[in-house]
Amino acid sequence: MNLTLPRLPEGQVLDVVRAPSHVLSASGLQVDPSDPVIVQLCADLVATMRISPGCVGLAAPQVGQAAQVFCVDVSGHPKARISHGLIVLANAEIVEASRNEKGREGCMSVPDLTGDVRRAAKITVVGQLPLSGERVLITTDAFEARALQHEIDHCNGMLFLDRVTGAHAVFPRKVYLEPRDPLAP
Amino acid sequence: MTSLAITVVGHDRPGIIAQAAEVLSGCGMNLEDSSMTLLRGHFAMTLICAGDADAAQVEAALQPLVNGSLDVTVREVPEEPDRPTLGSTYLVTVHGADRLGIVARLAAVIADAGGNITDLTTRLSGTLYVLLAEVDVPQSTDIEALQARLADVSAELGVDCTLRLLENDQL
Repeated sequence: MNLTLPRLPEGQVLDVVRAPSHVLSASGLQVDPSDPVIVQLCADLVATMRISPGCVGLAAPQVGQAAQVFCVDVSGHPKARISHGLIVLANAEIVEASRNEKGREGCMSVPDLTGDVRRAAKITVVGQLPLSGERVLITTDAFEARALQHEIDHCNGMLFLDRVTGAHAVFPRKVYLEPRDPLAP
Repeated sequence: MTSLAITVVGHDRPGIIAQAAEVLSGCGMNLEDSSMTLLRGHFAMTLICAGDADAAQVEAALQPLVNGSLDVTVREVPEEPDRPTLGSTYLVTVHGADRLGIVARLAAVIADAGGNITDLTTRLSGTLYVLLAEVDVPQSTDIEALQARLADVSAELGVDCTLRLLENDQL
């Protein structure tokens, strides 16, 4: 049930912004998905996600742009049930959400912490595809639903830290998928 | 029967909890509420235990634990009655660039509104400072006013702050 995406140009890998950067707290602006600048931003987000180990989603504020654009790809992830392959959406919003479940999340913009967040395990999202601007409806569950909510939060200036379940729900990250310091043993 | 408050802080190593629990058990002290974590790599444990030994006996028994790298304090405390929460429990989440006074300023706002912080964690991760506080808020408190005041002070501090009612489903 992969999403049919318009062909995007070649993307460039961008630097990922880390908290406490103010762009991560700003509400992203609605965009024109056919604007070549936005189409390139989509391609760059995908390229940056692809080279980042373990990364299943990236939103425009994470590369310094306060815009309502993100990509997600949970293909092959053990926690995923429904998977639409690569998803790239502009101006997305959640129109239905149910079945709250707690799960532990990390974020490339908060690289040294993880947190327990309660999110809907079944959601319907509407958004626009880049380039064509076609309006699509995506209904999904489990990990893909969590990833979409995490990225839509980014587009609205929210981090997982704003949604954790309690005073003891943020943890130092114990597992890194790449060495933080290339000189580390 | 005495209640003792014990703190153990210092260099972390495997076996501190095992050794402390063994000593307390040997003194006939029953471990009641306890909390242990690593704070910037330092071992930090606080606990309340109850039994027939007095503070001096327990402190002496814990001396082998100190081993040059841990500070141990033992103090008798009065029995505290369980207090029901005042109203609703909220979670305050703050994140932003580390600077002096974040906790002081925001905790003052909470206290001024009659809120009682019942659980607090802060983490410094690089330059990112994160504060999480669970707060009992009395029914008489104007939540919108508290939220507005937290937003104002957070803006002055250049940090982001959210105040959310904690879910508390009874099953």
